[in-house]
Amino acid sequence: MGGYAGYVWGSVGACALAMTLEPWLLRRRRERVLGELRRLRAAPAPLRPSAPASIRARPRQTA
Amino acid sequence: MKAVRAFRYAAPATFYPLAGRLQPVFAALAIGLAIVGLGLGFLVAPTDAQQGEGYRIIFVHVPASWMAMFLYCVMAFWAAVGLAFRIRLAAMTASAIAPTGALFAVLSLFTGALWGKPMWGTWWVWDARLTSTLVLLFLYLGFIALQAAIDDPRRADKAGAILAIVGVVNVPVIYFSVRWWNTLHQGATISFTKSASIAPTMLWAMLLMALAFWMYAIAVVLMRLRIVLLERESHTEWVQHAVV
Repeated sequence: MGGYAGYVWGSVGACALAMTLEPWLLRRRRERVLGELRRLRAAPAPLRPSAPASIRARPRQTA
Repeated sequence: MKAVRAFRYAAPATFYPLAGRLQPVFAALAIGLAIVGLGLGFLVAPTDAQQGEGYRIIFVHVPASWMAMFLYCVMAFWAAVGLAFRIRLAAMTASAIAPTGALFAVLSLFTGALWGKPMWGTWWVWDARLTSTLVLLFLYLGFIALQAAIDDPRRADKAGAILAIVGVVNVPVIYFSVRWWNTLHQGATISFTKSASIAPTMLWAMLLMALAFWMYAIAVVLMRLRIVLLERESHTEWVQHAVV
């Protein structure tokens, strides 16, 4: 790489790392959200706990 | 009739499964295009006469910079559509784009610094192109922070949309900064009005990588949008069915 290896591979590596981490973190977030929704669904209605922070009860929206 | 069918997908319940089917297609396209683009850029494209092998940073720096600017325009567009027509999915799309746009702005600045050090002798200068790209990153972060700070999602969408629309003025400033001001950053490598200033294989590798980054962005935005849909629509019947 003519003395530029650190700069070139550093750039490519940073992009590869970021573009691997982002989908991985999203997959984890999705599993967490689905898990919370399933737990809420499984709980009997009178004992149903309040929604966790990530699934706060949102006011109903129109349109 | 087709237009009516397309509007069907503005409903979260119908868009959610569609996004789930499209996301792997865009992810596969991103991987395929990146393999071909990197192969062409690192194995076929010749060494640059002035910058030697160091110029190869162009194959990630330019696509990341283009995507940072392009995604901001797309985010502002969907935010404006959400604001004007009160379409929830449009506002949620804008929210789903912002973190990926911010990531590309960070990558643009980081790879730019790694290119600047060997070529200019410095990691950073307060040059018009670099500074306006930093402002773009702050606009993304401001949009994300503003939406996170407001509990009511409808109000958060409105406030975020106004910031996104106002901030769009920065995009032409970034693009034309190298023409309007005397900058250390080099001028545009390709333009609509004249032929490209680089070898065809370099150009093709760069365009393929830009396409790969674009496909990646669509794939992750669809992934995030599906999560946002589940979170915001958790009280609805269709989400109850979707989680089974």
